[in-house]
Parts: sequence; structure tokens; C-alpha cells
Amino acid sequence: MTNTPDEQSAEPAGKQVLGPDDVRRAITRMAHEIIERNRGLAGVALVGIQTGGVWVAELLAAEIARIEPETDGVLLGSLDASLYRDDIGLRPVTPGTVSDLTFTVEGATVVLVDDVLYTGRTVRSALDAIGDYGRPKSVQLAVIVDRGHRELPIRPDYVGKNLPTSSEESVTVTAEGVVISGGGS
Amino acid sequence: MSRSLLSISELGEPGLRRLLSIADHMAEVNRRPNPKVPALRGKTVCNLFFEDSTRTRLSFETAAKRLSADTMNFAVSQSSLNKGESLRDTVETIAAMGVDAFVIRHGSSGAPWQLGAWTNASVINAGDGWHAHPTQALLDMYTVRTALNRLEGFDGLRVAMVGDIKHSRVARSTTEAFKMLGADVTWVSPRTLLPPSHKEHVVSNLDEVLDDIDILYLLRMQKERMNEALVPNLREYTTRFGLTPERAARLGDHVLVMHPGPMNRGVEMAVDPSELRGNVINQQVTNGINVRMAVLFDLLGSGSENSLAGSPES
Amino acid sequence: MKSTPRKLLITNGRLIDAGGERSADVRIADGVVTEVGVGLLSSDGEQIVDAAGMVVCPGFVDLHVHLREPGREEAETIETGSRGAAIGGFTAIVAMPNTDPTQDSVGVVEFVRQQGERAGLCEVLPSGSITVGRKGETLTPFAELAAAGVRLFTDDGNGVQDPQLMRRAYEYASDLGITMAQHCEVERLTEGAVMHEGSCCSHLGLPGWPSLAEELMVHRDIELVRLTGAPAHFLHLSTAGSVELVRKAKADGLAVTAEATPHHISLTDELLRSYSALYKVNPPLRTMDDITAIREGLRDGTIDAIATDHAPHVSASKELPLDQAPPGMLGLETALGVSIAHLDMPLVDIVAALSWKPAEIAGVADRHGRPIEVGEPANLTAFDPAEEWEVVPGQLASKSRNTPFVGVPLTGRVKHTIFNGEVVVLDGVAQK
Repeated sequence: MTNTPDEQSAEPAGKQVLGPDDVRRAITRMAHEIIERNRGLAGVALVGIQTGGVWVAELLAAEIARIEPETDGVLLGSLDASLYRDDIGLRPVTPGTVSDLTFTVEGATVVLVDDVLYTGRTVRSALDAIGDYGRPKSVQLAVIVDRGHRELPIRPDYVGKNLPTSSEESVTVTAEGVVISGGGS
Repeated sequence: MSRSLLSISELGEPGLRRLLSIADHMAEVNRRPNPKVPALRGKTVCNLFFEDSTRTRLSFETAAKRLSADTMNFAVSQSSLNKGESLRDTVETIAAMGVDAFVIRHGSSGAPWQLGAWTNASVINAGDGWHAHPTQALLDMYTVRTALNRLEGFDGLRVAMVGDIKHSRVARSTTEAFKMLGADVTWVSPRTLLPPSHKEHVVSNLDEVLDDIDILYLLRMQKERMNEALVPNLREYTTRFGLTPERAARLGDHVLVMHPGPMNRGVEMAVDPSELRGNVINQQVTNGINVRMAVLFDLLGSGSENSLAGSPES
Repeated sequence: MKSTPRKLLITNGRLIDAGGERSADVRIADGVVTEVGVGLLSSDGEQIVDAAGMVVCPGFVDLHVHLREPGREEAETIETGSRGAAIGGFTAIVAMPNTDPTQDSVGVVEFVRQQGERAGLCEVLPSGSITVGRKGETLTPFAELAAAGVRLFTDDGNGVQDPQLMRRAYEYASDLGITMAQHCEVERLTEGAVMHEGSCCSHLGLPGWPSLAEELMVHRDIELVRLTGAPAHFLHLSTAGSVELVRKAKADGLAVTAEATPHHISLTDELLRSYSALYKVNPPLRTMDDITAIREGLRDGTIDAIATDHAPHVSASKELPLDQAPPGMLGLETALGVSIAHLDMPLVDIVAALSWKPAEIAGVADRHGRPIEVGEPANLTAFDPAEEWEVVPGQLASKSRNTPFVGVPLTGRVKHTIFNGEVVVLDGVAQK
């Protein structure tokens, strides 16, 4: 999810800083890290934050299943945190797809997944949202890109790439790579 | 001035569809053990009910609270209404206390539109006179959408709406919404209970249409109408237009039976509703909370006038 | 206080009266026209009233004005209503009897007349009610009120529902040289109504006045006239059916007259979509077909007069929901502007419908609506027939503001009004 409010029409002209292979490798590395840090997959659930984190979570889940074929894979869900945002009334909000959490959050190790970590407010909303489903044993955060400029004390546990950016820039992440566009004038 | 929800025709089809899809989110919230989200924290919703209506008022109040909004209630039955204080003074006084939205139900058609001139708060029409009841139409549409899994639209669905159409704001709004989504609506009613000069899509014989419908929508037949010589007596009404056991037996398994409530047992509903296979009346009530949460969120929480234009910012 | 004798010279006007049209100056002294001619020279002490570019005609007579005094002075008084009338070019107005107390006794009638004299802006002609208290039960003492000068009797606001009582009223009145004027509405058909019953009201979900409720009573009273030989005047006709009934009655030689309001020749029921009670009136605004029929009725003389049914209401009451708000619209100050803008008729016929025809019906044709000739009482109006203007509620002389014509383009504006030889309105401004 792009974090800049005014980036509506996608700027085609931008700098590609990561390619598809970089993204793929980052996901593979993060998948290994998640398994290692949690000593396996018991009780672990990946929850993609809508809308940008959903595809990332799916790729991570697929990669985890590939690395650990003898397990049943990791639990996977998606979360719409738009009803928990702290900027309601300041910007237009359209809820995305309905949250889909088929497993029990209570006592689970929830790994929130997003494409870009920026101010941290989206993650804060997601933490509040998860809390309304139950009390997880712990919550971890996985992102493909950390672009800095945190406004809240939120830190990721798994990062694909650290990319310092200016706040006028915007960052787009897809399976094809990472593009930085905009920039000061 | 803030946006308001006054009628289905003013809402339009894009707005109608948008509210139905937001209602899906609210339905999910309401399935949780703790059905509450902080989306409207700090907002105040005032229920301004000039007609007795516990059910609708509770539905709106619950909806507001589940979105973490604060609520105020001003309930006035017509007989105790102080004729000295005008509607305008009442509204301006309450608005001065700091209200983000008024939910108004009034016995006079047009009252919610007049409110718009006296306050900058959002106005939600919870029913005005015989004229409109947009949130009822929304919950009716949402109920059909989920019961029949019709997310795209209602093309080909045939609805028979039976009863006192003339005095029914539910009939007007719900019919309009059904048509917006592509359904075909037939009104079934004696001439005396139809709006004057309305001629299309009307039959006065329920048995004529019973075999060819997908949705049977029953309207309340009020006992007060007896005093106005609109039908000779209730027994005759039930014989001609009521859902009797004989008619219920003829209804196809697939036919949804709907009613805006409260039901007059033995009149329009002359059979035990729990015996009807297609009875979705309780779902209507549940969905009332879902759609009213969607409406409140859309007007107060989703940010700006852009929202109904449907431009998604993610 | 009697008006002080004045000397006036009205110059450069285009005179229109029942005799025809001509350009001439008019000299007035002591309340009477003393000279009519081209190029008159002014003499000492004469006030010159310049009527260049204007029509000068006999002052208008409004058969239907609610002055609210006594009883509802917060909406209008006889003085403020007279001022509005004078600004609208009226030199005589018939005051409707639905006051509190009702104009059903000599005491109240005399009070109203004297208040009008005190204001001195136009002649206020009190009407009497047909039934005591307008309750529809017993007849007002017609002869007593006739002796006090009352010529028109009506229960306006309501029609007399009881046909037997109405028959008696016509029979009793036929000896007295007075006229019954009916507000035609069968009340059982209109309970709870807030607008015209038609497709617009079905869509809005509001109870309506069906045209039949008016036409049934028009028909009834025409037949009572046929039976009794008494004259009848029909107030504020609003439906095509009513116009047709009156047309046939006149063709049959019956002594019936009729009036229509400016709002019924210009505004339709579609305005009620705004839910604004400014457009609520009884009889209601109806459809374009009805408007067309009424315009045709004025054109062919079926409808004799334009009468405003000026009905002031305080703003708070017009802000109520439709079903609680009282019906009624202002009309005195916009009557000419609406009539010229919406009637495709020769100007002389419009003036006739505003002036000498209603003067005849009101029984004051001896002093209003007179030809502009030497020796005639000086009750005159001068207006610019082409001025285009819009009404600004805050500038009205009326105490109330409930005009439905905000934003409606008006054509024709009264500039000077002369009442009993005194200039009461000069350049559109009331002089007292």
C-alpha cells in the first residue's frame, strides 16, 4: 500500500530500485527467518494487511510451504483495518475487502504482513483490529520495504529491504519490483 | 454542508451499491464476539424521533454504539409535543450542543429536508410521513442480496409487494431500490390503498401473482385504516390479501417472505412465520444494524464528499 | 382623519379605462378629476406626478384579501395590508371575514372599516361571513350587515358544506342586493390535504386536494343559483373543470361571476417537491392543464376578475412541516407583475380584470374602476407595463414574508397610486 495520500495517478516515470528477482529473494529470506525465529510453524499465522499486504502474505505462505513441505503450511488470513484508522474524517476511506480470519487469533503468533512500512499508522490500526478478534500470544511484523519516517514507535521484525526515501517520494511495491517516484521539486 | 441520506432516489444507484458493500464489512464486525470498532469515536449522533418507534430507534442506537459513536435521544410522541416549540427551534438547540448527525423520524413528509436548512450536521431520514424510509430499503436490499447471493444485481427477480401502499413510506423506498437494482415489482392492493393516479404494475388479486414471484413483501395493515373506510373490515382484507395457510402452502420453496415489522398476526401475516421456508424477517432486523452502521460510517467516518463518488484511496 | 384636499397633475400618461386608450394628462382637485387633455399646463400648488412611459388607469380592486386584523395582527394589520395594497396599485380591497372575532356582526365590520379609514391608503371594504362564526350552522344577519354597507358574504377559508343552509342563504340574500361568494371545497374529500391530488403528490407520499372537491361545490352552487335566482361569486377557481362549469352557467344566462388568483395562473404543484410550505395554499397549486384553462377563462371572460387571496402568515408558521403549516400566500404587491408576465391578453383586458370588473362585483363601481373623465372620483393607478423586476421579501410592505414568487420574473410594476385624489404611493414608495 502506498503511504502517500496524494499519489493517486501512478507516476509511470520512476526509478526502479529493485527488480523481480530481488523481491523474490527477499521473500525467500523472510520466509526462512519467520520459520527460524518461531522455531517452526506451530501456532503461526500470516495476516496480510489490506490491500498491499495481502499478495505479500500469499507469496510468503507459498514460499514457507515450499521450504517446509512436510508440514501443512502456515495459517493465512487478511485484515481490513480501515475501521480502526486514526485519520477517519481527514481522508476519504473506502473499506477494502472484508477481513478474512478463519482461524483463532487467541493464543496465536500473528505475523502482520504489509508491502511498505512508512509512518507506522497502518500497523497501529491493524494491531487494534487484531485485538478485537482475540488476544494473540505475540504479534510480529514483516514488510518488503521499510522506507523510514516513522511517526509511531513501531518496528518491523522481518524486512526485505531498507530504503531511505524523502517524504515527497512515493514507493510502489509489486512482484515485479520496487519503484520510487515523485520527489522534490 | 455535510452529506445526508434522505431518500433512495437522492442516493442513486452508485450510492446504493456502495452502501451495500460497506454493509458487508459491518456484517463481519457483527459476527465477532466483540462487535465494536472505533471508527466513529468522538462523533455524536442524535436520534430525533417524533413518532413512536422503539425498534428503529434501537437499531440506529446500536449501530452508532458499535461504531463507538456517542448517542443522544430525543423522543417525542405527538401528543406531548409542545406546540409552542417549533421543529426548527428544537433542531437548532440540539445542534448547538454539538451533533454530527441527526437521525430523524417524523410524521410529516418532508421534515428531514427542512432540517437540512437549519443545521450543518448530516441528516439521516429514518422515515418521514408516507414518503420515504431509505434505511429500510437498504436493509431489505441487503437481505435479498445475501439470502440469494446476488452481489451484482437483481435482474430477473420478481417482487410482489402487498398491502397499504398508499400510506407506506416503506413501499415507496423499497420499491425504488428494488427497481434500481433491476428487479421487477408488482404492487398488490385494493384501489383504495394505492396512491391516486398510479396505474402501472398493479394488481388487486394476490392469487394471480403468487405462483410467479421470487419475493413476497408484506406491508403492515394498520387497524387505524378501518376508520377511514379504506377497506370494509380486516377479515375481508385478510381473505383477499393476507398470507393465509392456503397461500403459504402454494408458495414455492425459493420464495423469500419479507416484512418491515411489526407484524399484525392474523391480518397480513395469517400464518405462523416460523413455518415459512423463505422467511427472512429476522435477517431483515439483523441487517438493519449492518446497513445503519454502513450509513453512519459513510456519512461520518469515510472522510469526505468524495466517498459516494466511489474513488477508492488505499 | 380625512385626506386633505390635494391638487395633482398627472402628466404624460397613456390612459386605459373601460372607454379605451388615449394619451392625456389628468388634473385632479379635491378628490375628483377636473380636467383630462393633452399638454395640460400646471398651475400653482399642484403636485406634478410624472407618468411618462406609464399606463394610467382606474385603481385596482382586490376582491379577496386577508387583513388578519382583528385577531392575528402579528401576521398583518389593516394598516400594513392597506399599504401593501396601495403599493400594488389597489385603491379598494375586500377584507375577508375569517378574523377573530369573525366579521359576522356590525361591531366588527365597523371596526374594520374604521381601521381602514384611519390608515387612509385605500378603501377597505369589509365582507361578512355567510354563517355565524363561519361554523356552517346558522346564517349571519345579512340585512344588518347590508345596512352597514357590506355587499359580499363568504365563509372563505371554508365552503358552506350544508346544501340546505346554502340554499337558504341564496334565497334570503336575493332580496337584499348582496352577493354570496363561495370558497368551493367539499371538506370530506380533502381531509389532511397539503397539495393538489395528482401524480406529483402520489410520488411524494402526501395527501391531496382532488379537483373534484372544488368542482362538486361549484356545480352545486350553480344549480342553487338556477333554483333561487340569486347571484353567486366563485372565489379563487383553480381547476379546468371549474372553469368549464362556470362557462356553461354563464352561457345559460345565470348570474354567476368568478375570480382567479395570480398564483393559479403561474405556479404548478411541482413546486411542492421542495417540501416548502411557502407553496402550500388552499385551493392548491395545480397542473399546467389547470393553469392553461384558467388563463383561457380570463381571456374569454368566463373568469371576471383577478383577486389575490392575499394570505399573510408569520415566517415561523411557514417553516413547519407541510401538514402542520397553514395554507396561504402573499399577493398584493406582486399581482400586476405576475399577471402581465403570465397572461397573453391585451393590456386593457388585464386592467379590466384588475379594476372595473371586480369593482362591479364588489358593489363599488360608483367610485372605483370609473372611466377617467371629468367629475369622476380620483382613484387611479399608474404603472410601467414593461418593467421587469423580482420580488425581494425583505422589501415588502406586508408584515409577513410568505411570497411564493421569489426568483419568478415579473413584468409590470405600479409606480403611483392615487386614492381619493391623494398620492398615497409615489415612485413605488408609500407616502404614509
